[in-house]
Amino acid sequence: MNVTLARLRHALLRLIVRPRLDLPLAAALLLLAGVGLLTLTSAADLDVRVIVAQATRFVLGALLLLAVSRVPPVRLRSLTPWLYAISTLLLLVVAVLGEGRGAHRWLNLGVLRFQPSELLKLTMPMMVAWYLAQRPLPPRWRDMAVVGLLIAVPAVLIAKQPDLGTALLVAAAGVFALFLSGLAWWRIGVLFGSLVLALPIAWHSRFIHQYQRDRVLTLLHPESDPLGTGWHIIQSEIAVGSGGWFGKGWHQGTQSRLEFLPEHTTDFIFAVFAEEFGLIGVILLVALYAFIIGRCLWIAVNARDTYSRLLGGALAMSFFVYVMVNGGMITGILPVVGVPLPLVSYGGTSAVSLLTGFGVLMSIHAHRKLVDSRV
Amino acid sequence: MLRRPALKDPRREHASFRARAWIGYALILLALAGLLARFVWLQVVQHQEFVTRANANRIRLVYLPPPRGLIYDRNGVLLADNVPAYRLEVVPERVPHMQAMLQQLAQVVPLSAEDLRRFRDELAQHRPFQSVPLRLKLSEDEIARFAINQWRFPGVAVVPYLMRNYPQGKLFAHVLGYVGRIDESEQTRLDPELYAGTLQIGKSGIERQYEGLLHGKPGYELVEVNVDQRPLRVLERVPPTPGRNLYLSIDARLQKAGEAAFAGRPGAAVAIDPRNGQVLALVSVPSYDPNLFVSGISDADYRALLDDPDKPLLNRALRGLYPPGSTVKPYLALGGLELGLRTPQDTVDSTGEFYLPGQKRGYRDDQRGGVGRVAMVQAIEQSVNTYFYKLALDMGIDRLAAWMSQFGFGRPSGIDLPAEASGVLPSPAWKRATFHQPWYLGETVIAGIGQGYWVVTPLQLAHALATLADHGVAHAPRLLLAEQSGMGAPRVPVAPAPATPSFATSVPDWDTVVQGMVGVVNGDKGTARGLGVGFPYPIAGKTGTAERYSRTTSAYDTHLTNAQLAERHRALFECFTPADDPRIAVVVVLEHGAWGGSAAAPIARRILDAWARERDLPDTPLTKAPPG
Repeated sequence: MNVTLARLRHALLRLIVRPRLDLPLAAALLLLAGVGLLTLTSAADLDVRVIVAQATRFVLGALLLLAVSRVPPVRLRSLTPWLYAISTLLLLVVAVLGEGRGAHRWLNLGVLRFQPSELLKLTMPMMVAWYLAQRPLPPRWRDMAVVGLLIAVPAVLIAKQPDLGTALLVAAAGVFALFLSGLAWWRIGVLFGSLVLALPIAWHSRFIHQYQRDRVLTLLHPESDPLGTGWHIIQSEIAVGSGGWFGKGWHQGTQSRLEFLPEHTTDFIFAVFAEEFGLIGVILLVALYAFIIGRCLWIAVNARDTYSRLLGGALAMSFFVYVMVNGGMITGILPVVGVPLPLVSYGGTSAVSLLTGFGVLMSIHAHRKLVDSRV
Repeated sequence: MLRRPALKDPRREHASFRARAWIGYALILLALAGLLARFVWLQVVQHQEFVTRANANRIRLVYLPPPRGLIYDRNGVLLADNVPAYRLEVVPERVPHMQAMLQQLAQVVPLSAEDLRRFRDELAQHRPFQSVPLRLKLSEDEIARFAINQWRFPGVAVVPYLMRNYPQGKLFAHVLGYVGRIDESEQTRLDPELYAGTLQIGKSGIERQYEGLLHGKPGYELVEVNVDQRPLRVLERVPPTPGRNLYLSIDARLQKAGEAAFAGRPGAAVAIDPRNGQVLALVSVPSYDPNLFVSGISDADYRALLDDPDKPLLNRALRGLYPPGSTVKPYLALGGLELGLRTPQDTVDSTGEFYLPGQKRGYRDDQRGGVGRVAMVQAIEQSVNTYFYKLALDMGIDRLAAWMSQFGFGRPSGIDLPAEASGVLPSPAWKRATFHQPWYLGETVIAGIGQGYWVVTPLQLAHALATLADHGVAHAPRLLLAEQSGMGAPRVPVAPAPATPSFATSVPDWDTVVQGMVGVVNGDKGTARGLGVGFPYPIAGKTGTAERYSRTTSAYDTHLTNAQLAERHRALFECFTPADDPRIAVVVVLEHGAWGGSAAAPIARRILDAWARERDLPDTPLTKAPPG
């Protein structure tokens, strides 16, 4: 008993005293979490319970980040197929037993409810990296087919829930790993071309829900149904546009405070930020995201092996997808899909899974090669 | 070239990854720059438009209708005020199924077809998120029943408002008129700024005449609302300017006395202060309750008023047309003197019958056999027709019409009430224009006793009488005495209409006529003898009995009862007092009265009694504060 306690204390001490963290990235994440809490405080109209809940998640996420950062990538790599298999299995369970409003996304474990699809955001790039890392690169058709299958199975399951946003993020993470592995440009061209060709077929297939179709159509003509499906886009654009250069000031955004802006603590929190802090705030925030992505890519480039590189790079780039899809949604250039703004939107699993992802990056950084390969 | 890359090449893989990472990052930065460009578009280029739209979202303009000005009589007796009431209002945007809602609501609170029709009309032109009134004047029971069921009707609310109220009921209906819902034609005519939030407008009477003074100016509130349209705070408030309170020249006591004296018999009475044209009483019987109209009269009530044979909606004082009969004789006598056709001493022999040369048809005196030889004073006192037949003939119709028009006959008196009738003062030119017929001499004869085409309104006759009493100075009748910008504010007297200079050329002539009129009341043979008994001032009067149907026979029928006569006659009486310094002139018309002296004169006396009880009427309103 005493021994275990002592070991735990030792581990905790080591975590604090000698964290193997990339300090610039950690500082940037801390700053982002701070901005997120600040914005959420305003968006939730000073509701203490919301702020405490979110802060608790950040703390939980930070602990996970620290813990994961101590797991060497080699160990992660050996666990990868299992993790991937388990998370995909959970998706199947959710498809059968899951609960949630309108969509089957949640798995109730008694103690906590969580979305297994969140796991895939991590295990998907891990799996693709795991597979590609043992193949001769650049990948060829066969590899592409395998990777395609690895991506398609969970992505389809998630999209079926239906949660197109998460499916997109999960698939993107896998695709980025493929891209980073050096897939020949002409193959990328072929892939992209066939995707474009498949799009009209997918559009009319039963695979796409009518409401998803509506969302895309609404994007094109939001004013056609201003009180219905167009409401989100219109109100979000009003919030953003009325912010101007300098914004209305913290907790002064009328669109969110008076609840014209729906989902203003979750998916549309970026609009609250833009309304209250203006274009200047948006530029600074986007710059912060760009820095984080860049820093993550830098960590990936300096990683020890191919697995770490592909995983780190894919995580960095899927982080970008969050920002882009959410930003595009709230400014009315992308359809409304439920993608949160990372570390700013209120929501449990997203913050935790994101921070875990950064934990993986921290681990990659901590276990980077000691000698530059170029030397 | 077939190369089999069976082996992994870490160095090459790393280089390839580095290249891909930086290309990827470049693309990411490009995409983020594109995203920022979109933000610039929204936040800089289109900023103003979105500011406008954000404000349109949250700021609601709520109009505050002004409280309508109160109306008092000259002594501060309240004639019209506003009382709190409740109405049902609907915000159409918040009602999911309007038709179903109305059907269900009708089972909780009765909704008339008229309510629904009006609601639909207003629905068609309402502003977004502005509420539309559905039912006015809810009873307490209805409010309670709605309160229980309110949860079933989102977007429907009970809203307090100020409702016009006429505490005196039907006593002043023909003076005040009433307010009613603004209708479509008024909607297009009205300044929408001024009438925003106002449901009602003056439809008739003083309410309509002085709408501009009574209405006031609406205020507004800029209210910040949330997405449910719930008001959270008031951003800006401009209070409404209440309408101006009006003091009328009417004396409620005279009005009441006059109305009571009619005892429900159809007719009208007008009392005017001849010194300034102030209208002291304006009675039209029967009347109606103006409160019925305020919240939209029910079809049944309205039908009942329309179908009533006594026509309670008709303002007899203002629009009732009656042959003036013998009441014109003093004016005619005065014309004879002023035009030099008669002296007071000239006599005429009344034989009971008067014939035009070469005509068989006779013109009668009221008394069989006539009254013998009479001079002007007796002719007025006893209302001797023959005297005036001759005078009219001597004057000729053109001079008669010109003379009479100076008293205001044949045109509106110019009172400050809408829709006054102008009556008819016949002349050859008028007859030619109206009937395309020549004028006959016989028509001149009967014009001498106020018969034929000649018709007047009671108000017109009162105006003529006041002009006579004030020796030829015509004051346009006025109801508005003073206005006030709020309770307790000073009363600002309204300047009376400018009087025309007197057309009298010889004051003794006028005194002769007044002497005759005093004889009507005080003389032994006066047609209203006995009327002045017990009255503190000398009364000058003149009776009139106009026939409603033309006679078919020239025979005298003395067997007719008063009731039968009343069926055939209109009884008129005009008088002023004190005869030597007139301060009140009264005209009474009783639609079914046997004789002017016996039927109409007592009504006038009752009004004079009410006036005399006050002893003195000041020229300006009393300084007594209004009640409340």
